[in-house]
Amino acid sequence: MTFSNNQNLVLQAQDLEYSFIDGEERVNVLQGISLELIAGEVASVVGPSGCGKSTLLYLLGLLDRPERGDIFFEGNSLAQSSDQIRTTWRNEKIGFVFQFHFLIKELTVRENVSLPLRKLGMSEQDALSKAEGILERLGLADKIDRFANKLSGGEQQRVAIARALANSPKLLLADEPTGNLDSTNSQRVFDVFLQFAQEEKIAVLLVTHNPEIARRCDRIIRMVDGKIVI
Amino acid sequence: MSMSLLGIILGIAFFIVTQAQTSGFETFFIQTILGSNGAIRVSDRFQDTTGTVSQVSEDGSTKFIFNSREGARYSVGIQNPDLLKEGISFFNSVTGVSETLEGNGVIETGSRSQSVEFLGIRTEDHVLVSDLENQVIIGEIGDFSSDKMSVLVGSRIAQRLNIKIADRLYLKGALRSIPLRVGGIFETGVSQIDKRRIYINLQTARAFTGKKSGGSVFQIAIKDPDQATQISAQMQETFGHRVVSWQEREKVWLEVFRALRISSAITVSSILLLSGLGIFNVFAIMVIEKTRDIAILRSIGFTPSDVSAIFLWQGVIVLAAGITLGCLVGYLCTHGISRIPLRIRGIFTTDNFVVNWDLNHYLWASVIAAVFVSIASWIPARRASRIDPAKILREAN
Repeated sequence: MTFSNNQNLVLQAQDLEYSFIDGEERVNVLQGISLELIAGEVASVVGPSGCGKSTLLYLLGLLDRPERGDIFFEGNSLAQSSDQIRTTWRNEKIGFVFQFHFLIKELTVRENVSLPLRKLGMSEQDALSKAEGILERLGLADKIDRFANKLSGGEQQRVAIARALANSPKLLLADEPTGNLDSTNSQRVFDVFLQFAQEEKIAVLLVTHNPEIARRCDRIIRMVDGKIVI
Repeated sequence: MSMSLLGIILGIAFFIVTQAQTSGFETFFIQTILGSNGAIRVSDRFQDTTGTVSQVSEDGSTKFIFNSREGARYSVGIQNPDLLKEGISFFNSVTGVSETLEGNGVIETGSRSQSVEFLGIRTEDHVLVSDLENQVIIGEIGDFSSDKMSVLVGSRIAQRLNIKIADRLYLKGALRSIPLRVGGIFETGVSQIDKRRIYINLQTARAFTGKKSGGSVFQIAIKDPDQATQISAQMQETFGHRVVSWQEREKVWLEVFRALRISSAITVSSILLLSGLGIFNVFAIMVIEKTRDIAILRSIGFTPSDVSAIFLWQGVIVLAAGITLGCLVGYLCTHGISRIPLRIRGIFTTDNFVVNWDLNHYLWASVIAAVFVSIASWIPARRASRIDPAKILREAN
């Protein structure tokens, strides 16, 4: 398989394979997955439960390692690079959003969003200030000092998106980000993805079961039994 | 967590208090016996047994002979005190040498009598090697030194025989009886001394015992009493006299104090150990409860070291608070305990708890607490750093 030399190319996945042992049986979760994402593109991954969508996301997000194949981020091979390098890339270039917001309930909204910025080395004051700016853009200016668990589901998910966007990532990975929201909030959350993808030129890859959301994406990647199907 | 912190505070405080007490009594005892009997005692001279042939050549012309002090005999006391005193003065650490002549006798006050140990001394020498000047509680040491027929009587003897300053009494021995005037009453705090000892002039003691020369014993003071063992060994090797340091002389009591100190340290350290286990439990549960949060932090770029640091910092905070408050509580308790009335009349005399203010107690308490808290924090921190974020997030999602 060949890959484009597009300068806007953010991510390339090449022949990714991943399996795990379930009892005495080896389950092949991913079987030769290859894909590309360019800056500003919003792509959705759809497919039945257990087809390997989330696993693919964790591999692309450098949280896990493929058994075979490679992942190139802005041309850098990262599949087998050191944990330190992968962690740095995760902090500086990748944003994650999960189905459940996964906010830290002991921290305020603003503090949650400032976490990746603090890790980046920003001072507390600057990090909180930048977090406030992002939250304002997401319509949460009046909620910045509330504790995360005092917000509604939709608001919590927008805070999680704000946290994922805090470091101005090149790639945003979302694992069923609207799976736990009603249709109104789902559309609202998805609008945020589109807005940031266009304005910040972020490549967005989201796993969804919502066909309406999938349809609104630039591209739909269909998966069945660990393979991408046309 | 607050209970574990309380445990650390109390553990440190108890450690400080118990060490202050046990070492306080020990230090007080050492000061007392140094003030009464000096740091080093030089007595009998060895008479080497010689002549054991270990090897003889075939023609019998060459013999290897060794001297052994095994089963050595002694000549009683110091026979040539001036020469020995001059020799001892070459030891730089020596600050005073007092020649004493010891013996037993009975003092009679007319109606009552009591057997005593007398110590013949030259006052000007003896004050350099003892705390006698400050131990005289009634009368003046100057009165004693200016009158050769004066006597200093131990407080318990004076109490028993109802002796007062300027009273006349007789010191009776096997050979003769001499009249003495009470020049002062002393109290060392060591009841064995206070109820048995009297001080008389050295010349008077010689006249009383009929020993015009020799037979005396040296009491020596040195700059650093802790060096007494080594200096004693050097002196014994150099002069061939029996030389005993205060550590050897009081070995039994020093061992008792040491055992008490170690025992209390071990007991109190167990409080710190239990508090450490408490902290370990809290952190271990926290790691389990916060597994998902840890996975999130890892997903947004926190390294395993960053995750460890979160728990280690919490341990540091608990430790810092525990040490600060523990030392403060320990200091205040030690201060309070030192004011508690406690009447002891035995190996020493005191009317209050004796405490020793020593920074090392605070340091050791802090070190022990630091070891336990560090281990208690490090194990959960290590566990937290090994959490696989992908696995946790996949399961949680």
